[in-house]
Amino acid sequence: MKEETKKAPYRVPIGPNHPALKEPVMFTFEVEGEVVRDVDFAPGQTHRGIEWMGMRRNPVQIVHLTDRICGICGVVHSLSFSMAVEDVAGIEVPERADYIRTIVHELERIQSHLLWAGVAAHELGFDSLLHLTWRVREDAMDVIENLTGNRVNYGIVQVGGVRRDILPEQHPVIERCLDRYESLLGTLLSFFLDDATIRARCRDVGVLSRENAIGLCTVGPTARASGVNVDLRQDYPYAAYGDLDVRAVLPGQYLGKTHGDVYDRIVVRLLEIGQSCQIIRQCLSEMPAGPVTAEEKLPKLLATCKKAVGEGIGRVEAPRGECLHYVRMEGKDSPAAWKVKASSYSNLMSWIPMLRGAQVADIPIIVASIDPCLSCTDRVAIVRDGRREILTKDDLHRLSVEKTRRLQG
Amino acid sequence: MSERTLAPEELVEHLRSRLGAAIRSVSIRRRVQGKKKVPHATIWIDIGRESLKPAVEALREIQFPHLSVIAGADTGDAVRLCYIFSVQYGHPKGECMVTFAVDLPKTDLTVPTISDLVPGAVFSEREKQEFLGVRVVGIPDGRRLFLPEDFPEGIYPWRKDETGVPAGMVRELWRLRRPEGRPAPPAGRGPGENGDSRAEGSG
Repeated sequence: MKEETKKAPYRVPIGPNHPALKEPVMFTFEVEGEVVRDVDFAPGQTHRGIEWMGMRRNPVQIVHLTDRICGICGVVHSLSFSMAVEDVAGIEVPERADYIRTIVHELERIQSHLLWAGVAAHELGFDSLLHLTWRVREDAMDVIENLTGNRVNYGIVQVGGVRRDILPEQHPVIERCLDRYESLLGTLLSFFLDDATIRARCRDVGVLSRENAIGLCTVGPTARASGVNVDLRQDYPYAAYGDLDVRAVLPGQYLGKTHGDVYDRIVVRLLEIGQSCQIIRQCLSEMPAGPVTAEEKLPKLLATCKKAVGEGIGRVEAPRGECLHYVRMEGKDSPAAWKVKASSYSNLMSWIPMLRGAQVADIPIIVASIDPCLSCTDRVAIVRDGRREILTKDDLHRLSVEKTRRLQG
Repeated sequence: MSERTLAPEELVEHLRSRLGAAIRSVSIRRRVQGKKKVPHATIWIDIGRESLKPAVEALREIQFPHLSVIAGADTGDAVRLCYIFSVQYGHPKGECMVTFAVDLPKTDLTVPTISDLVPGAVFSEREKQEFLGVRVVGIPDGRRLFLPEDFPEGIYPWRKDETGVPAGMVRELWRLRRPEGRPAPPAGRGPGENGDSRAEGSG
């Protein structure tokens, strides 16, 4: 051991972009042999200043901006933001809109968890499972497209309600999709949980203790996999969840014991797919009739928002955990302050205890296990031949136009 | 963690018994949604910065609080920080949000760190330092978080005074029009001139 401590640990930078880590974040690992001794990370590699942009736009414009915060979570940001504005302006959402919001919200959870399951399989080198999960994910994407008109950036939520109703002829489309997932879930569970390789690579890897999960403000499946009983749909019900009696999925319920490792994070997410199917079924059968928005005319809605003074919070259980928007209105067109707190914002700190003492080869699956989501960009940092350059929004725009031209021949 | 959850009014009572006159104002806001109209509540409390740590300690007596985020706003003469907590998570329909708001006059933009009480707070505290120009006293890691290394010192993106982002730093994509010096469009294959639009993925 003394021999080992005399050697200076190697510092290994990984990022800001790396093929195994998918998301743009800069890691610095201190490694001794194959073991990670310490780790530091720098997010913000693709910070867009979206809150700054929002403070110069009106709430209806911001809703469409929030749709574009994330390419996977197309509804949680617009829902949290709308709920925050409704909170300030005292807008009451019709009951039917609460149910439609819940249905789209849960469909999003299904496709997000399946996408994550595919990434996890890929990080472990199990690419046939990646292809299976991503193929079946298309069912949820198709239903979302059927309901909202879009695969991503759904544009379904508006301040005061939703922009489209769910028609009776769309019910069977949703139900067929749920049937397929419910019959598939057992297969997926056995592929992931009974596979000897997955078990060997994930069991007791990237452990986050319950104490650390609470101390570091961890949220969502990452917290639940460490045995923290948190789920806003259960604890702090919003939209239709107050009617539904949702309970947090904890690994201990399924396996009898909580390890707080990567394996438990797989268990939680897969079981939540089944839970989401049940929630959607319940919503479809109990959905009340009525209008889907408190105010159809946007100028009227904007006038109401403009009169609002005060602070409000919107808070939802995104696929990755709590997503929170804080809005402060001062009787002007634009909010005086807007803070977007995405779920990964709360989960990044948990990387440090998870990665300390891990093997270098486990870094990708541990990093991926919290399902990080660092949204896209107004600039990109490129490190090439030891030089560092920043590409601005206009550089990217130019490069994009050039590439389209090139592809056109 | 006790079995029974406290109602928002009881939570306020508990905080009053610990903080006394340090509480400047309290409001409880309930919101109902869905058919059963199950309410969820947020308690908004204004306190001075010297009471921030006792306030967090008072919450910890109930349950280790979850810190969602520290939100911030430039309100003119002051910077307002809202520490958005929640307690009683894990109890179905029992969670309650508690927001401690602290107004820092621009003549003295310092606030004590709470990361010794809630270790995860350091992430949000770093962000408030770089975006609002407040100084978090005793922060264990004072580095920038999201802003790039070459972002100028002394500019704070969320401030609305002279320290905010100056107009010269903002570039608007819509003003740029079409970029110059790009490759010439391929001859004879512009929109509508191509026979096989399907292969091009028209649209």
